[in-house]
Amino acid sequence: MEEWFDAKLQKNEMIEPKDWMPDNYRKHLIRQISQHAHSEIIGMLPEGNWITRAPSLRAKIVLMAKVQDEGGHGLYLYTAAETLGTSREEVLDALHTGKAKYSSIFNYPTLTWADIGMVGWLVDGAAIMNQVMLQRTSYGPYSRAMVRICKEESFHQRQGYESVCHLAFGTPEQKAMAQDALNRWWWPTLMMFGPTDDKSPNSAQAIKWKIKRESNDQLRQRFVNQTVSQAEYLGLTIPDPDLKWNEERQAYDFGTPNWDEFAAVVAGNGPCNKERLAARVKAHNEGEWVRAAATAYALKKNEVMSAA
Amino acid sequence: MSNNDTQGTLWEVFLQRKPGQPFVHCGSLHAFDKEMALQNARDLYTRRGEGTAIWVVPSTAIVSSSPEDLGPFFEPANDKVYRHPTFYQIPDAVKHM
Ligand SMILES: [Fe+2]
Ligand SMILES: [Fe+2]
Repeated sequence: MEEWFDAKLQKNEMIEPKDWMPDNYRKHLIRQISQHAHSEIIGMLPEGNWITRAPSLRAKIVLMAKVQDEGGHGLYLYTAAETLGTSREEVLDALHTGKAKYSSIFNYPTLTWADIGMVGWLVDGAAIMNQVMLQRTSYGPYSRAMVRICKEESFHQRQGYESVCHLAFGTPEQKAMAQDALNRWWWPTLMMFGPTDDKSPNSAQAIKWKIKRESNDQLRQRFVNQTVSQAEYLGLTIPDPDLKWNEERQAYDFGTPNWDEFAAVVAGNGPCNKERLAARVKAHNEGEWVRAAATAYALKKNEVMSAA
Repeated sequence: MSNNDTQGTLWEVFLQRKPGQPFVHCGSLHAFDKEMALQNARDLYTRRGEGTAIWVVPSTAIVSSSPEDLGPFFEPANDKVYRHPTFYQIPDAVKHM
């Protein structure tokens, strides 16, 4: 069986839910896909925080559409995880009890309106880099979810960049607000790609299984290369004194993120970890009566149908 | 989470992109009954005009072949080349067939 599985990977054929797969491949996928789903859902919180305070009706409907998309992404991914034999109740429980992680980026606060633009431009931009790669992941349902997600993501990044443009080309105060947001979001965004390759044993195995197609460092480098000129156009300064073009590598050299900070946030001690989890658990608990009512209603209707 | 708190049951969603086209599986979702399944499918899978008609089916109602069957299950078609138009010789004088 293992040989059959390896041969399938070799041929770049996708693994489907009913196919035989090694236990660890299954476990790795359940963990990665459910954590990806949690990130989409928790990611709605820092942005949802600004819906009622969006500066115009246009900005408000755009932000609502984006946050709704993120909810959808979470749902695509939860059902992809369920094809591996886990249940929705189980994965949600793991999130609510703090057993499962989600992207560390969402443990940072959105302090000003500029942060919302910055999240679209940088955070969605970094997520897209990862998700474009994951369209070619070896597990069929995950890949198909990614294809749908990528189609929706480009709107997210473009609306974010447009919003930052308004500020960067606005009043000096608006530009300063954009620069301040960039200063706070730049490094946490680079950390989204995960630890450096030499400190990321999980990701080496994931590449062997073709779950991931590129390493954390490769994706991080591509993101920096792509983003520098976008910042230059805005007249904003990326807060990294070591950032400079390397002619030989045809790539930007850049500084080292604060990996101690990253470890602290992952361990639960970021600025908003407690707040985010508490908000999620509260929403879940307050929805319990709705689920109970829906269950009762469905049961009752079934009875009526079989009586007729 | 109490013991009888559930997230509903799993449904499969099939979407027709344009009138006249076949329905294609596009994903799954959770719902408590068929109306909710249909509304959730609309909200989840057609936020940008991706479809003009939707089918939702309880996942438990789907019957599928299994991967181990791949060889034997589809084997009966493998040696029947005469099911293909290219099997037949048509005189050159006869055009457009
Ligand atoms: Fe997303
Ligand atoms: Fe997004």
